[in-house]
Amino acid sequence: MPDKEPLLRVEAVGKEFFGNRVLNDVNFSLEAGEILGLVGENGAGKSTLMNILFGMPVIPQTGGYEGKIWIEGKEARFESPFDAIDAGIGMVHQEFSLLPGFTATENILLNRESTKYNFLVEAFGDRIRTLDRKAMRHRADEAISLLGFSIDPDTPASEMPVGHKQFTEIAREIDRKNTKILVLDEPTAVLAESEAEILISSLRGLAARGIALIFISHRLQEVMDLCDKIIVLRDGTVVKETKPADATVFQIASWMVGRNVETRGAERRRREDTENVLEVEKLWVDMPGETVRSVTFSVQKGEIFGIGGLAGQGKLGIANGIMGLYQAGGNVSAMGQKVTLNSPAGSLRLNMAFVSEDRRGVGLLLDEPIDWNIAFTAMQIQDKFLKKMLGGLIKWRDDAGMREAALDYIKRLEIRCTSHKQRAVELSGGNQQKVCLAKAFVVGPEILFVSEPTRGIDVGAKKLVLDTIRSVNEEFGTTIIITSSELEELRSVCDRIAIVDNGRISGIRPADSLAEEFGVLMMGESPVAVSDTVGGND
Amino acid sequence: MVKFKKFIENFGWPRIIIAIFLMCLFAATPFVGVRLDTSISDTLVRVGMNGVLVLAMVPMVQSGCGLNFGLPLGIISGLIGATTSIQIATSADAIAKSGAARGLWSVIAGALQTGSRGAILFAAAIAIAIPCAAVFGFIYAQILNRVKGEEMMIATYVGFSSVAVMCMAWLLLPFNSAVMVWGYGGSGLRTTISTDGFWRHVLSDFQSVTIGKFYLPTGMFLFFLFMVFLVWAFFRTKTGTAITAVGSNPEFARASGINVDRMRTISVMLSTVLGAVGILVYEQSFGFIQLYMGPLYMAFPAVAAILLGGASVNKATMVNVIVGTFLFQGILTMTPSVINNLLKSDMSEVIRIIVSNGMILYALTRKTQVKR
Ligand SMILES: Nc1ncnc2c1ncn2[C@@H]1O[C@H](COP(=O)(O)OP(=O)(O)OP(=O)(O)O)[C@@H](O)[C@H]1O
Ligand SMILES: [Mg+2]
Repeated sequence: MPDKEPLLRVEAVGKEFFGNRVLNDVNFSLEAGEILGLVGENGAGKSTLMNILFGMPVIPQTGGYEGKIWIEGKEARFESPFDAIDAGIGMVHQEFSLLPGFTATENILLNRESTKYNFLVEAFGDRIRTLDRKAMRHRADEAISLLGFSIDPDTPASEMPVGHKQFTEIAREIDRKNTKILVLDEPTAVLAESEAEILISSLRGLAARGIALIFISHRLQEVMDLCDKIIVLRDGTVVKETKPADATVFQIASWMVGRNVETRGAERRRREDTENVLEVEKLWVDMPGETVRSVTFSVQKGEIFGIGGLAGQGKLGIANGIMGLYQAGGNVSAMGQKVTLNSPAGSLRLNMAFVSEDRRGVGLLLDEPIDWNIAFTAMQIQDKFLKKMLGGLIKWRDDAGMREAALDYIKRLEIRCTSHKQRAVELSGGNQQKVCLAKAFVVGPEILFVSEPTRGIDVGAKKLVLDTIRSVNEEFGTTIIITSSELEELRSVCDRIAIVDNGRISGIRPADSLAEEFGVLMMGESPVAVSDTVGGND
Repeated sequence: MVKFKKFIENFGWPRIIIAIFLMCLFAATPFVGVRLDTSISDTLVRVGMNGVLVLAMVPMVQSGCGLNFGLPLGIISGLIGATTSIQIATSADAIAKSGAARGLWSVIAGALQTGSRGAILFAAAIAIAIPCAAVFGFIYAQILNRVKGEEMMIATYVGFSSVAVMCMAWLLLPFNSAVMVWGYGGSGLRTTISTDGFWRHVLSDFQSVTIGKFYLPTGMFLFFLFMVFLVWAFFRTKTGTAITAVGSNPEFARASGINVDRMRTISVMLSTVLGAVGILVYEQSFGFIQLYMGPLYMAFPAVAAILLGGASVNKATMVNVIVGTFLFQGILTMTPSVINNLLKSDMSEVIRIIVSNGMILYALTRKTQVKR
């Protein structure tokens, strides 16, 4: 069928942010029911391309774009996401866009609520129709179950674990009856492997119903499994378009970065037992969606300790609780000193640092430049980056020192930016994550908590980040506690891994234990057959 | 060219258009029979008078408390300083005249006979106003900390109700200086009190320049710039940086060990103190203290000025303050006088009200467009 117009055709699209070119002559087309994988390094321009397609206001605000977009043979130039939605495009953003106080049902059906007639309609028109709660619930249930998942439709978004939020967003997009093209920007980044699998298979189902999908992910295996064709973007240019069958994960990774990447290095190390630096006893944390009921464990000096488990089971709550961000109780001592819970300053003063999983919420000052983001915590807690004047009466900000530190980390972590004065909001997701890490490294902590360190980070950068974490650990003897939904990642860097299930630790194993063993722990069954291990005191 | 584009981008089109409009007004003066030198002079005086009041917006904006619609609270503190200083002066004068001056009073009375009478009294007004403002600001902050997210509405109420409370207080406070109280009752302060003979023009006339009809209030400008410098410097200290972070992302600040409520309190107290100092600067130039309903609508022009200057609800710079004050006061001075002469009628007051409220309205609609 040579002359038939494809469902979507992108023609010579380009984009510049104030002289910084991020997309250049991008061409591709998409048929109904086809799944397109879009891969590329952090900052390659994937999200920007999708923002153009979806008519996001940042694009016109920053000077528009070049090229043309054709939908079913008609040129489309969307002024706003509403136009895009009308044209049948749905988008699940890299960052969540749910209304926190609204329930799953309300979020899914926002602006498309089922309504009932009441007599006021005669006078005031359709806007005053009453909501048909029952029908709405039914529709929400339907949309969610279409995804092969179950969420209580009455949970407010603010109390959902991240995985559930992600499913809610996708459900919202597929409830729209006219959705023809669905864009998913890193939908699996926040999910544990098992949840990601559910999502992937439900996406296949959507494609089978004729919806075209554009799928962005840094997990290349996933892209290979799911997609019909893959487009590799490097520095804003399409460097390769391929079928998954014709390429290997390794090749794709090399196309992305333009050189060969080692996928795995670093042999497993043997370490001697040392004294405990962190002792946690009967810790509970009231973190919405990640409640910790009672955990007890200890971490040795210089260890890299992993915390894994399914989303919503409470693994994220542990670090948040110890660092004082959520209401917590129990006994925690670090370096032999008792940690005052519920006080971030108290925990920070004990020389602990935290990289939050909630990058945009608590991790970054989005409207401030990179150097501020990196230096702020160290400045406030340790009086770094300050010049004392009048005998310490005035603590003057040392901009030169901040600049130096920022430039140093920009180089070490390969943060892609125009300058150290660029605002954090303008960085791509992966580069924002690197800024968060730099912020914690600058403090020079004794104990470092890192939650989801590689979420949204490309393969090359992932290795860089994990290597940096490891080198900080080796060079400075920093004890590191990594919380992650990616078990493989934990197994590759940690010494021991604790699995959290239902707010409790279901087991602690050395990282080289069999993957199945962790799998069993995640399902919450405490296996008796497996022998207990060194140092683990669960 | 790129540089020029960047400059425009930073400065913003609305400001450029308003600036061009203002230039046109200045350029039009000779043709409609208005003197250019007096026009410029009038504008500059108004900028100096209002500058510190606009500056009083900055700390609260920076800490995320929004625009300081509660400015009347600071102004009231300033008024307390102003009236008290005049009361002290009249009492001291009376005691000196009766020859019964003893102890502290004789020292005060003596000092007030010297050439620095105005300066001493003005300093006294500031010294009294600041602690009042600090206390009021502290209470105001506790209220605002309880209504996070709706600060601006509550601030407006706080401003209005504090004016109402003070309307009673002005009647009841035990002032007895003859220049301030109502002539017939012998008690209760008048609505307008002249500062002549006390500290009228103490700042304005310091090193001032007069060429023909052109008058430049040098001292007032120096004082304004000094206050701008202080605020600028404050936001470069550790505490100032923390306050800015709180305004940018309170969750981030909290995770960095910052006591968010404390930082907000500091910023509100600072804004209130600046409001108090600002009204004293205003009154020394204006020559009158306006009590009762006087402070009621003072917040709006200051809010409009800083928004016109390009500030958003949670970011404001010194450039925003200076540019905004100049543009707002410039338009406010020039439009009525030019149109008035053009139409050969006396509508200046009406036009002034229309222009001022029009600009306030414009600025407030702008506010919703900036990204939070
Ligand atoms: N609003 C903006 N202003 C200026 N530059 C921007 C803006 N948004 C994005 N950029 C720049 O555009 C480039 C591409 O960003 P984009 O978010 O599209 O990357 P990405 O491929 O989605 O990366 P990631 O995998 O990290 O999410 C980056 O270098 C980023 O700094
Ligand atoms: Mg992205």
